[in-house]
Amino acid sequence: MVFRRIVKGLKKTRDKLASGLASILGSGRQLDEDLLDELEETLYTSDLGITGTEIVEEAKRAWKKKEIQDVADLKVWLHKALLERLSGCTGQVCRASEGPTVLLVAGVNGSGKTTSIAKLAHWLKRDGNKVILCASDTFRAAAVEQLTHWADKIGVDIVKQGTGADPAAVAFDAVDAAVARKADYLIVDTAGRLHTQKNLMRELEKIVTVIRKRIPDAPHETLLVLDATTGQNAIRQAAEFSEVAPVSGLILSKLDGTAKGGALFGIRRELDLPIYFVGLGEGIEDLEAFDAEGFVDGVLGDALEAEEATG
Amino acid sequence: MFQNLTDSLTKALSVFSGKKELTEENVAEGLKAVRKSLLEADVHFRVAKDFVKRVQEKAVGQQIIQSIDPGQQFVKLFHDELTELMGPEGAILPHADSGPTVLMMAGLQGSGKTTTCSKLALYYRQKKKKKPLLVAADLQRPAAVDQLEALGKQLGIDVYKEDVKSDPVTVCKNGIAHARRLGHDFVILDTAGRLHVDDKLMKELERIVEACKPTAVALVADSMLGQDAVNSAKEFHARLPLTGVILTKLDGDTRGGAAMSIKAITGVPVLFVGVGEKPDDLEAFHPDRMAGRILGMGDIVGLVEKAQEQIDEKEAARQTKKILKGSFTFDDFLKTYNMIKKMGPLKKVMGMLPGMGAALKDVDLDDKQFGRVEAMILAMTPYERQRPQVIDVQRRRRIARGSGNDLQAVHNLIKQFKQMQKMMGKMGKGGGMPPELMGAPKKGFRQGKGARPMGGPFGGGKGKSPGGGFPGAFSLRKPEMMWLERTPDQAGPDLGVVSLHAPCAGLMKHLPAMESVLDW
Repeated sequence: MVFRRIVKGLKKTRDKLASGLASILGSGRQLDEDLLDELEETLYTSDLGITGTEIVEEAKRAWKKKEIQDVADLKVWLHKALLERLSGCTGQVCRASEGPTVLLVAGVNGSGKTTSIAKLAHWLKRDGNKVILCASDTFRAAAVEQLTHWADKIGVDIVKQGTGADPAAVAFDAVDAAVARKADYLIVDTAGRLHTQKNLMRELEKIVTVIRKRIPDAPHETLLVLDATTGQNAIRQAAEFSEVAPVSGLILSKLDGTAKGGALFGIRRELDLPIYFVGLGEGIEDLEAFDAEGFVDGVLGDALEAEEATG
Repeated sequence: MFQNLTDSLTKALSVFSGKKELTEENVAEGLKAVRKSLLEADVHFRVAKDFVKRVQEKAVGQQIIQSIDPGQQFVKLFHDELTELMGPEGAILPHADSGPTVLMMAGLQGSGKTTTCSKLALYYRQKKKKKPLLVAADLQRPAAVDQLEALGKQLGIDVYKEDVKSDPVTVCKNGIAHARRLGHDFVILDTAGRLHVDDKLMKELERIVEACKPTAVALVADSMLGQDAVNSAKEFHARLPLTGVILTKLDGDTRGGAAMSIKAITGVPVLFVGVGEKPDDLEAFHPDRMAGRILGMGDIVGLVEKAQEQIDEKEAARQTKKILKGSFTFDDFLKTYNMIKKMGPLKKVMGMLPGMGAALKDVDLDDKQFGRVEAMILAMTPYERQRPQVIDVQRRRRIARGSGNDLQAVHNLIKQFKQMQKMMGKMGKGGGMPPELMGAPKKGFRQGKGARPMGGPFGGGKGKSPGGGFPGAFSLRKPEMMWLERTPDQAGPDLGVVSLHAPCAGLMKHLPAMESVLDW
């Protein structure tokens, strides 16, 4: 299975990506040092970072040992190697055994938290859950309005105060509301913060502490939203956020462009975090469960061919 | 991870030490580390490759300049090339000859356009005495118009908006007409974020350009962007007459390799950088400083500039003198701190020192926590502040009560202050700071004239000065990075401002003490 929408995204850009992996692997070329060097370059341009170098070194060894003989072999081998690195990385948002399940959503500025929350709320509601949103991004101008807009559009409740309110207090109220209204899910939006801002990171800790006052084992999930266009800095983000909040899963946003989100491999190298969802557009339907195979296909450019084959 | 790279780069460059010449071999080894460093900084693969090749050609066969070791020379060459690649220095936005200057913003979603719009408006009002107007043409993202309006209100800048159902092109056109009517001479068009592959939305931008004929078009790019930065920038450049790039979120720990790549591939210069969440956290771009950042060398020039803006030179010199005589009082401590505080949050200021970024990573330099120390000092009488030795237990109790701290906190503060005083006295008597703490100009750096033999934190004599180490002192700089201060004609700080560093020197000295103070 491949991501339907990734395919759509890639189709849009295929001309521009002629230099991508698909062209190296599908060109009928000889397997040689040059080709492997080009492979390394292409993996790098997909933000795989050091993982790209590792993979190509492994590939070179396998080639010397004649485990890989030609480009077709390489393609199969590469697919396997990439997939191995993502093994066990899918997951589903959990459900608390009783009471509302609290999902805390965090990320750096502009990573796409609010939009992802809207999509997630829609997703959960579609499955028959009662969802409440909590507008704890009280810092950015009009962030509350933005979330309110989505809440209205999806048809879910929202707990909010004005801009400048204490985000932890808003979260506390929201937890109360979620319990009282017997909600299945409470999704807490937080202000974007760079992981280097110690005081803002502490504020995030405080939100967690306050939520726990009401529901001790909450937040049941802390989701980190990562922008797929981010480079190697994504690894630092994942590590730093994990330190102050119990990050339990990732949402990879903006995967509908030409960026491949290869930094994910680097994150997997350092941290054992599952990836729950990928964001693929600005509409509320544009969210899909993460699928490792589809993701690898996307990186390798196979999705494109699959789509073309089926028409 | 990133900081380790600086270390690994430094390590790799140590192959040069003791060598007389840059040879193909030792250059190749250094370049390997450099290439890795570039790639980890998200510099585009192609750009890194070409760049390394160019440096290699220039480096091989270069004679080692006396008194500078090959490692330093190599780093300098590298730094210069990087600076040139990202240059030119001082690229500015063009202004319209007649009528209002119209600046159109474009970029991917979440790159920081709306925030940058308001920062720019403030920048041009404050620094260029313009009368800006913000035009809310992002009708795509929910509440984007509200956001711009709220920001405008906060800063007292006019915002032109229409119904979200209007056409962005019309909004822009009407906005400019509105500006003409009301005498605004600087118009900023905030457009919706869009993917460079979204043909429909890219056409919309083209239509805005056609209809509004903006004086300049700026691409707003997130400095954390990865390799794809080049793809998106290229596409925006192909479809719009880009004047420059504005790089956002540079206050994080990204090395910002995307900046270098965008400039290298598209030739579009970087105009501004966003360095924080506050409305005035926007700075003109300086390629040399960015080069330093990519190399992990800190922003010493920026620090000096900030110091120049904020610090009273006479006062600084006076304090240095007192520090050296060991007659530093609590009053001086407060004054020093307040001067530093004006330069920005403590951690940010300290982070501009080369090597400090890494050292400070785990040190919690919170200004608020320092406030407790401030409170204790303010709870002292002027007499006590001048003569800390008179503060006995009774006085300490009063100070503790008066400042809302416990007695132990006051004990600690006074103990540490005394230790500090003693240490500084020692240094004043010719000890000097340990070389690794001081950086070490051999020549070109004016030594203080008698009154300030230390010449600030980066002055001081090199060599195996006695004076002992500083307990828990940070290693401020790596020897390889010192060239910056070595040669007067380089980008290093202006010689005359050395004394301005004095308060920083003061701060540096408090650091070990402060660290334990904050450790409570």
